[in-house]
Amino acid sequence: METTFSALLEDSAEDLYENAPCGYLSTLMDGTIAKINATLLGWLGHERAELLGRRRFADLLPVGDRIYHETHFAPMLRMHGEIGGIALELVRADGTRMAVLVSSTVKTSANGTAQLIRTTIFDAGDRRAYEHELLRARQEAEQERDRVQLLASTLQRTLLPPSLPDVPGMDVAAYYHPASADEVGGDFYDLFPLTGDTWAFFLGDVSGKGAEAAVVTSLTRYTLRAAAVQEPGPASVLKRLNTALLKDQHGATPRFCTAIHGLLEPAGDGAKVTLASGGHPPALVIRHNGAAELLDTRGGQLIGALPDARFVEVELRLRPGDTLLLYSDGLTEARTHGRVRYDEEDLRDWADTLDVGSATETVAAVSLLLDSFGDGVDDDTALLALSVRLLGDERP
Amino acid sequence: MDARRRNNVTVIGCEDAPTVLLAHGFGCDQNLWRLVVPDLSKRFRIVLFDHVGSGRSDVAAWSPQRYTTLDGYAEDVLEICAELDLRDVVLVGHSVSAMIAVLAANREPERFAKLVLLTPSPCYLDDGDYRGGFTRADIDELLDSLESNYLGWSAAMAPVIAGNPDRPEVAGELEAAFCRTDPAIARVFARTTFLSDNRADLADVTVRTAVLQCSSDAIAPREVGQFVHDRIEGSVLVTLDAIGHCPQLSAPEQTAAAIAEFAGAR
Repeated sequence: METTFSALLEDSAEDLYENAPCGYLSTLMDGTIAKINATLLGWLGHERAELLGRRRFADLLPVGDRIYHETHFAPMLRMHGEIGGIALELVRADGTRMAVLVSSTVKTSANGTAQLIRTTIFDAGDRRAYEHELLRARQEAEQERDRVQLLASTLQRTLLPPSLPDVPGMDVAAYYHPASADEVGGDFYDLFPLTGDTWAFFLGDVSGKGAEAAVVTSLTRYTLRAAAVQEPGPASVLKRLNTALLKDQHGATPRFCTAIHGLLEPAGDGAKVTLASGGHPPALVIRHNGAAELLDTRGGQLIGALPDARFVEVELRLRPGDTLLLYSDGLTEARTHGRVRYDEEDLRDWADTLDVGSATETVAAVSLLLDSFGDGVDDDTALLALSVRLLGDERP
Repeated sequence: MDARRRNNVTVIGCEDAPTVLLAHGFGCDQNLWRLVVPDLSKRFRIVLFDHVGSGRSDVAAWSPQRYTTLDGYAEDVLEICAELDLRDVVLVGHSVSAMIAVLAANREPERFAKLVLLTPSPCYLDDGDYRGGFTRADIDELLDSLESNYLGWSAAMAPVIAGNPDRPEVAGELEAAFCRTDPAIARVFARTTFLSDNRADLADVTVRTAVLQCSSDAIAPREVGQFVHDRIEGSVLVTLDAIGHCPQLSAPEQTAAAIAEFAGAR
């Protein structure tokens, strides 16, 4: 038994080379074929004499692969002494092609001079077919993703006002930061005129993301816009919204939101603001002297969750240089670089150090703050700021 | 603009000697010059860089607007020259960078003393009587080849070359970077390289030019080298006894000598 075994092994050196289950090829450093095994000749359909000393390895490749070989494969092999797992095609004698995986090493003499290139070639037909499938699937997935992003960004635009109206005596600014290009976010804001000198505004955040959230956002916006015209004050507007959302609960996903809604009326050299909150993070007021405070609207409940939800109304006066900032919790729940959640007090303390005199400057400063969090912002973020222009500042 | 960082610029060699700026071609990075740099740096100040998207360039600086034409790459070359305040530059462009060099020299001829076009081709596609060597289908096939070798382009190849046995971590780092190209960028660069036609730009070259070609080159055949030589007035044509498209690797001494001779001549 043992003798048979070793006899088999001893007999095999030449046979192992010639009839190995892979192609063997040795070339001079310029690629001229010097030695080739029977397996590879069989695959190619060439006679040994047609190739030895007459053809280069690159001659066996189709033109596209030849360029790849000359510009990448050959330089890499020269510099590294070896290269492995390169997917190429070989052109057979009859012109048909064969997908292969190629690995090469450079044989050097004792003094380090490069002498020969040894190459092994594996039949990769099945594997390449599979890879082509993967490649095609990846390209399809990329196209699909592009379509989804386009749809999401288009839908997102319809849920936000294209631009804010000019409010006499006021500077107004807004900002929207989508957390993902693939999904419609759930944040919304708006600013629009009511009768007389009064303006209405709101900013909120619906539960969830994507198509489901877009449905709620749309309903919420229309309801708020209509109710703001008909109802006497912000708290009753939010009550109307609460009723509308409760009525619309069907399906498994509950639909609710948080929002701040307010009215703005000119008063003296400033403005009077009445606002109500339903479960939303407190608005921030930055006074003209730089002092920042959070408006206490605690007690206002989530909108669309309870039939008798309560909403708290507060009033404040904005004087020239004062800014009112509404924001969504994308900002106050962002993780800062220390991976700690930013919160409302952090925002107030940060705003306390700001030197800003207008809504535009405030929104610019907060968007820079958001940028500084980098990937720490994992939710959509909406900002809406209103400020009373300083006297003499007549910029439109 | 920080061109030095964007293009991973390296400056070595003799500080007060004439400046030789080496521009690598498609498929590799500044490491391709490794075997000719030791000889050249004895006589010249050598400036090396990576095209954006290749080697250790700043990939974030890449944009399809700037880099779908060779002009974007030529602009980078000029920005490197301006930022380093390089004057009387001998600009050596290999492969596609030969045409990038032509575009740069045509835009600011006063910046350059000489041009060395190493295995140049002004147009890879056949067109009427002009034989560039390739058809549109060939180039599409190359793009497919790049696609199926996604791994070959993005992953580090095994480090084998003898070089720095004492400090394997340095060697490993070099090997990993060698010819590394972002696959998506490589695809665009391949398209830009092989579909550009700069034949008309050759007549505008006023800088003294040497055309260095290989005796056998599948990418830039000898008749293409001859064409470039014929179209650039006063150019010299040198045929290196070398095989392949990268004589800096297959015949480094000869290539370095030819560059040095032309660059160093009065």
